Order: sequence, then structure tokens, then C-alpha cells
Amino acid sequence: MSAESSETWTARQPVSGPGVLDHATASLAEADRLMTICNACRYCEGLCAVFPAMERRRVFTDGDLDFLANLCHNCGACLYDCQYAPPHEFAVTVPANLAELRAETWARYAWPAQLAAAFARNALVTTLAIVVAVAAFVTAIGVSMGSSFLEVHTGPGAFYDVVPHAVIVLVFIAALGYGLAALSISLRRYWRAIGGGALRWRDLAGAGRSASTLEYLDGGGVGCMNTDERPTDTRRRYHHLTYYGFALCLASTTLAAVLDTGFGSEAPYAWYHPVVVLGAAGGFGLIVGPIGLLAAKHNRDPDLSDAASRPMELSFLVLLLLLAVTGFGVLVLRATAAMPLLLAVHLGVVFAFFVTIPYGKFVHGFYRYLALVRDRQERTAT
Amino acid sequence: MPEPRSGPSGAEIDVLVAGAGNAAMCAAITAARAGARVLVVEAAPRAYRGGNTRHTRNMRLAHDEGNDILTGPYPVEEFLDDLRAVTGADSNPKLARLLLEESLDLWDWMQAQGVRFQPSLEGTLSLGRTNAFFLGGGRAMLNALHHTAEDLGVEVWYDAEVVGLDIDATSGEFTSATVRRTVPDGPGGAATDHEIAARAFVAASGGFEANLEWLEESWGPPARNFLVRGTPYNRGGVLRLLGDAGVELIGDPRQCHAVAIDGRAPKFDGGIVTRLDCVPFGIVVNQHGERFHDEGEEFWPKRYAIWGRLVAMQPEQVGHVLIDAKSIDSFMPSVFPPERADSIEELAAIVGIDPARTRATVDAFNAACRPGTFDHTIHDDCRTEGIEPPKSHWARPLDQPPYYAYTLRCGITFTYLAVKVDEQTKLIMANGATSPNLLAAGEIMAGNVLDRGYLAGLGMTIGSVFGRIAGREAALHVG
Repeated sequence: MSAESSETWTARQPVSGPGVLDHATASLAEADRLMTICNACRYCEGLCAVFPAMERRRVFTDGDLDFLANLCHNCGACLYDCQYAPPHEFAVTVPANLAELRAETWARYAWPAQLAAAFARNALVTTLAIVVAVAAFVTAIGVSMGSSFLEVHTGPGAFYDVVPHAVIVLVFIAALGYGLAALSISLRRYWRAIGGGALRWRDLAGAGRSASTLEYLDGGGVGCMNTDERPTDTRRRYHHLTYYGFALCLASTTLAAVLDTGFGSEAPYAWYHPVVVLGAAGGFGLIVGPIGLLAAKHNRDPDLSDAASRPMELSFLVLLLLLAVTGFGVLVLRATAAMPLLLAVHLGVVFAFFVTIPYGKFVHGFYRYLALVRDRQERTAT
Repeated sequence: MPEPRSGPSGAEIDVLVAGAGNAAMCAAITAARAGARVLVVEAAPRAYRGGNTRHTRNMRLAHDEGNDILTGPYPVEEFLDDLRAVTGADSNPKLARLLLEESLDLWDWMQAQGVRFQPSLEGTLSLGRTNAFFLGGGRAMLNALHHTAEDLGVEVWYDAEVVGLDIDATSGEFTSATVRRTVPDGPGGAATDHEIAARAFVAASGGFEANLEWLEESWGPPARNFLVRGTPYNRGGVLRLLGDAGVELIGDPRQCHAVAIDGRAPKFDGGIVTRLDCVPFGIVVNQHGERFHDEGEEFWPKRYAIWGRLVAMQPEQVGHVLIDAKSIDSFMPSVFPPERADSIEELAAIVGIDPARTRATVDAFNAACRPGTFDHTIHDDCRTEGIEPPKSHWARPLDQPPYYAYTLRCGITFTYLAVKVDEQTKLIMANGATSPNLLAAGEIMAGNVLDRGYLAGLGMTIGSVFGRIAGREAALHVG
């Protein structure tokens, strides 16, 4: 028994009338079909930011859909709450479609365009990057160190016995610089495509708050869903561990770089030093978080996900795990003869991570952040 | 072969509930909390469980104070006035008052069962004070009730239809039900009949709106052209079994809540998205290209309910709304795009009506429009003069191409025919006896308080309030 009222609806973006737009890809066309159904229903309005953003539109351009796809956090609530979900003939599966479209946007806006294919074969590319980088670092360091590669090195500057300070700085600034530059160009293209306006601190801060609390990964308050319609919040918890673990590792590395370069205080540091404490805490999050997320992914209802993105998601989690495990290895075994080899492996993984930043799942946070900023811009404009 | 009197796991059960929607689950949860062993049997597969609860989105409830979601108080007396304004003389005033008084407790009780509420949806501000919207809609609410029931040990059989009831014709005492259960993945996928003995039976299995053959008994062949807005599983099987067993049925079988919806909607289960509220912005012509009713008569939601019936009375049970470029953005987006053409004649040809005849209808209408100030939020002064039927408000000439058309059909939401109940939701037999252990809740007994008309969200109120009462009464029979 659902009689309803809709007396006061007025379009906020008047257009020449609803119609079917042509879209560049099948995922976009499907997203348009779904959003048109959802826009006539609107029951999911309270679940997240996607549906209110959808309601600000009457037709959906490619840019609109790319925006909505990255605004979606894949909490899954709108699938289980939907009266049109399969087996209904309307076959409304918003989380899976937006996941597919999300991955597609990352490839579509990738720079240079020739490397967009790295998304489609992401597991292979990531594996190759890790293997090649680790092999290169181990070989180069092994050859340059000769027999001392297998000896114990301790005390201030011990790591620079393995790799000279200048080499570390040059190689990693170059790798990270490339990764961030390529990512920035992609993000700039995306921002233009979704109609992004002038940036305001208010929106940037608000979006930062939404992102760092995963405000929209909670099914509107009940918790996100993973295996079935019973809400659980495990993904959000493990994502927090991963995200904050990564942030702490980043803080540790940055602090070390500042101390080392600016104050001449050379690594390795004592176990109670802030660099070590931050790194260890971060490393813990970066181990437990990805393992939890891998387990959650394993149990996930396939109807919530884009099957084609799975290898990319798995390889990203494994890469994060390798970063943390090898980093921990260096910390724990730094006083042993295994240190040079472990450091070489860790540096190889870090290098692989840096250069693959623009071509893998890592970009999801940046695209989502921009979508959150755009969402705030739109909300204050209407 | 019916199996002997066995419960779900060989254990005897206390309460058998037919249906798995809001009313059924409120009954099941209440009975289980009182210590009863409860079995719920649902005719639909799991994905379609809960009948039309899946398509709902709010419930109307009385409350003496507003809160962070409900924008203000809605006292029982005001609710009662609203109810009296839509229902007819045959509804039971005692039950109506009971319903509204018990609804005072629903906000807290529903939340205690895991149901979440949210502020009224965009475009439904008028309901923000009176109706509590379910976060994520009716299916989310239903899932929460099922989780709670599951945690309480309530067992649910899906693809399980009640096909027989053993009821004493004089006293109305229930002893057992025959439940035909299909296990889709089981050996051969064949249906097996189970005879389920229970101490009480709760009928919460909805109306018969999806049973077009039954509707045809009252409506004749036009019923074949009706669309069913909700679940295809509300075929009224239990309602008919109870009637055959001597339970008194009340209400006009011809009465149903019918609205004009998008004619391209699926035959069943199109739900909310197939609504169209464009009638006041244009004219509505029938299959002969002629207008047949004042399009500017009523506000939503009254016109919404009127037009279902009006369209059902027209040839082929269709009506075509014609609007022009002025109005295309003035109503909720439609799930299917409208037909579109640069001239009325072309548009008429596309929707399959006579172009010349339609042109003449539009010309006559345009000529009859008097100048005024258009405002679709009030009964404005834009009206026609000198044509029949008139358009008494919101009348503006159709003169700005492109022109758009939507074909409307009659969509049935629910039926009013009901089993008669008392204030404990016990069924009353045709001989006047009150059954000791047959109870009913939800749409199957809604006709006791609502013999016609509708108030948004009232169906869920009826389901929850009487579901809880039925569950409480049923639990008194715990062995």
C-alpha cells in the first residue's frame, strides 16, 4: 500500500525534457538507465551522498555519471534496500554498476592515455612492477656492496651503507614525482569533466572530513553491507586501519626525511624515536587493515562488486601489505645481516608503489575526494 | 501426501503466520518475544518476500511532539479527522481509534526492532510532520524486521503457500493449515504439502489485487487491462480460504485503490517509479482523441486516485496526457521518457490516436482557455470557458512545441475486501461467533478501518499496529 505525495517537486536544472542521451560506453549507458529509475523512486535518498546528487539532475551526462560513480563508496545498502533489484525485471544494481564505471573513469582519465591499459591488466602490471623493481634494487645494491651485502650494519647512517643517501633522495623523488604528476594531470581532467568550480577551503575541509570518517560507507547509519543484507561495519573498520596506517607511515617517512636532511639526524633511530613509533603503529594498521579487507572481499556478495576490478583491488591490497611487511622486516631485523637484503626489497616495493600510483586502485581516494568536493560545491550552489 | 502434524523442525509450533510483510513480521516478532514458537510461511520466494511492504516508504503515526525527524506533533484527534475525511460510513470507529492510539507507540517500537527512520523525501514535505519515512524504504524496513525475527528464532519458509485451512465452521477454531512448499533447489523442485498444526493462526497475507481473474468477477473484461502496482503474489488465497471456511467478509469486492500510472509499466510490480503526475499540466484524451474529465479539478493526491478509476472507465482502459514544452520540467521525472513530436498530429499518430480528431480537441481546448496567472501550487485562475468537460484550474493552451505524451493506465495498489475482526484482531464468523485463535493483520483486514479512500502511510500503520495486537493475542495460546 504505497500511495504517495509529490505535489511540490520542481526541477532545479531545467532542461528541454527527459530524454535518452548517447553515452560513450556501455557502463555509462547502464548508469543512465539506473539513475533514471532511481530518480523516479528516491527511496534511497537518505543512504549516502549519491542519491541527493542524482536528484539535482533530470538528465545524466557522461560527466554527471563519472561524478556519481566516484561519489559512491560501495556500502551496498542500496542494493539490499531496492525493490527493483534482481530478479526484478528492472534489474537495478547500482553498487556494481557504479563500481564498474568508477574503474572505467580511472582508466579514461589516466595520463598518458597510452598507459590506461595498465588498469585493465592491473594485476599483471603491479606484479611486474614489484618483481622488476625488487630485482633491480637487490641486484644493484648487491653488486655495489659486494661482500658487505651479507654483513651486519648498525649505528647512525647504517642504511646509507646499503644505499647512498643521494641515490635514495634522487631515485625516490623522481619516482614519486612522476607518480604524483601523472595522477595530478588525470585528476585535473576529471575535475573539468565533472564541472568542478573554483575551490573553496570550506568544501575542501568538509570533503576531507567526509573522506577521513568514511561518512558515506555506513548505509545511512546502519553500517555497510558485505555478504548479505545484514549490516556489518567491518569494511569501514579495516579501511580506517589501512588508511590511518598508511597516513602514519607517511608521517614517519616525512619526519625521517626532515630530520635526516634538515637536522643531520640519521636513520636508523632508536625504537622509542617518533619515526619508529609512527612507522610501527602505521605498519600495524597497514598489515591488519589490508588483511581484513582481503577477507571481506573474499566473502563479499558478488552482486555488489565489479568482477573485472577484482584483480586490481587484490593487487593493490597485496602491494600495501608488502610495503608494510617489508618495512617491518627492516625495522625488526635491522641489526642482523639480513638488513641490506630486506632494505633492498623494501625499497624495490616502495619504488614499484610510487611509479604505479596513477595506474591502480590507489587513485580511488583522490577521485572520491574530488567527487566529495564537487558534491559540496553543488549543495551550496542550490 | 500431507505429512502428520509437525512443525518446522519436528517440534510443535504455537503460532503460524501467513505472509512475511510488515504485518506478519510485527505479529511474528511480538509472539516470539512472548515466548511463542513461530513459523512464518510466505508464498513468494525470498527475493520477493513481504508482499507490498517492499514498495512502501513510510508509516503514518500519531505523536504528541515532534522530534529531530518528524517536524511537529500529530495528535490522535487530528489523525482521526484525517481518517474520517477519506473513509466511508462502513468503517469501524472503535477499531479506527484503537489503531491511532496504538500508533503512538510505533516510533519507539519500530526503532527497537532495528528499523531506522529518515526525514521525509524530497518533494514530500507535506508528509514530514505526519509520516515517518523508512531509511532506505520499505524493503530496508522489512529486512530489519526479518533480522530481528531471525534473532528471536522465528523460522520463515519461502515459496510456501497456504492452500488449506482446518477451521471449525461453527466456533471458528483453527486447528491446522496445509502449506504447499516448493524447495527450488530441492530434489526435482517439486511442491510438498505439509500439514502444520498450531495453536493460533495469523492471516497477514495481503489482499487479492494481483488476482486479475478475481478482479474480473467484479470489473468484467476491463480488469484484464489493469496493471498491478505491487507484488504478483497477493492473490488473496488465504482471504478466499477464510471466506469459504465461514469467516465474515466485509467491504465491496469492487473497491480497490487504483491510480493512473505510466501505461508502459510492467504488468506487475512496477511500484513507485511508474507514477505520473502530469495530468494538471495538460489535457487527457481517450482512445478516440476526446477529453473526458476536468484535468484541473483536484490537488494531489486526490486527483491521483481519481484518475485511475477514470482511465479504467475509458475504451481500452487508457488515457493519453498531452502536454507542451512549458510544462515538461514541472513534475517528478518519469521512469520512461515521454513520446515527443513537433506537432499535435504527429504526436497523436505516435501514441495511436486519430490525428485530426486530436487536433480538433486541442484547438477547442486552446480556444476555451481564459487568461490567468498560472500557479500549480494553488487552485489558480487559469480555466476554460464554454467547453465540456471544463478544465477548472491550471488551463493553459497547448501551443509550445515540442509536444509530449504519456499514456496512462489503471494501476491497482490494493483491495478493500476484508475479513471482519474485533479489537483483538480475532476473526468474526458469518454466524456471529468470534474465533478463539484465528487472527488477522494488515491489508487482509484493512477494510475494517478503511472501506474506501486512502491516507499516505496508513497501510503500514494498519500492518504494524494490528500485527502487534495479533502477535500478542496469538501468544496467549502458547502451549
